[in-house]
Amino acid sequence: MTRKLLAALVVALAVVAPAAASEQSPTLPELERELICPTCHETLAASTSPIADRMRAFIRARIAAGDTKSEIKDKLVDQFGESVLAAPPKSGFNLLAWVLPLVGVVLAAGVVGFLTYRWSRSRKAEEPGQSANGRFSLDPELERRLDEELARYDA
Amino acid sequence: MPGRLRIALQAAAVLVVALLLALLGWKVFNREEAPDAGRPAPDFTLPHLSSDEQVSLASFRGKAVVLNFWASWCGPCKDEAPLLESAWNRYKNQGVVVLGVDAQDFDVDAQRFVDRAGITYPVVRDKHGSTLGHYGVTGFPETWFIDAQGRIVGEHVAGPLTEEDLERNIKIALGEPA
Repeated sequence: MTRKLLAALVVALAVVAPAAASEQSPTLPELERELICPTCHETLAASTSPIADRMRAFIRARIAAGDTKSEIKDKLVDQFGESVLAAPPKSGFNLLAWVLPLVGVVLAAGVVGFLTYRWSRSRKAEEPGQSANGRFSLDPELERRLDEELARYDA
Repeated sequence: MPGRLRIALQAAAVLVVALLLALLGWKVFNREEAPDAGRPAPDFTLPHLSSDEQVSLASFRGKAVVLNFWASWCGPCKDEAPLLESAWNRYKNQGVVVLGVDAQDFDVDAQRFVDRAGITYPVVRDKHGSTLGHYGVTGFPETWFIDAQGRIVGEHVAGPLTEEDLERNIKIALGEPA
């Protein structure tokens, strides 16, 4: 039990620690992937427009000044609006953009699971019956005819 | 599968498809395009670049307006700023207002641009670019001319203005023979 808890703790740390480090000490490439150029609507990483160059210079200056990732994003949102973010913030109405796909996946999985279950049940109902020893049983009429044929053959 | 369940699933599928079609139709028919000449100029209220004062386009009703969209990082905007400033100084006592709309820009860069170019006409700051769609602005600079009744008149100049563009369209906006 203790081992399992320790393993869970290690996994949690492995996930949380890099995220915390990224928040405290962001890099230009990661912010370039998370921000959109307001004129060309591409990520900063893909954009070569003048405003994208200016935004990169701003980000470099803010990183050098010791701003966190959230602080830099907040400053850019203040200048250009939320459309500058590549992913919508996880709050308020924008939370729907994060929750709805998950709800969709869960619903779709439920529907697929339900249909699979019904399909497998209907197939089972169509299969010939099995006797207690696991062998398939024949139609009684067919079995009677088979016995007659075998008796005639033996005779 | 029971009949009711099948009908419910089919209805849900039809509903989803109808919803997607409605979204597509809305997107197609609600495209924001440049307003035609003779149509009312889309109104807006935006903060002044250098103060907290709110400036609305409607507040200039009764005057001809030269509405110029620009950004500090735009090269041609630097070239045409002196022309606009000169027109403002020439026409401001004749019922003409030059109104600059700065968008997709940093506050500090816009203010530096205004200071360096010696711009004295009013400039508003459209941080979120809300006016760009209403005027169908696709790049900077772009200029519209609006008459005293608040209607779009003359030519929509997409790109840098020339002195002739300005003179001709200001006269049209003032209702004078061009």
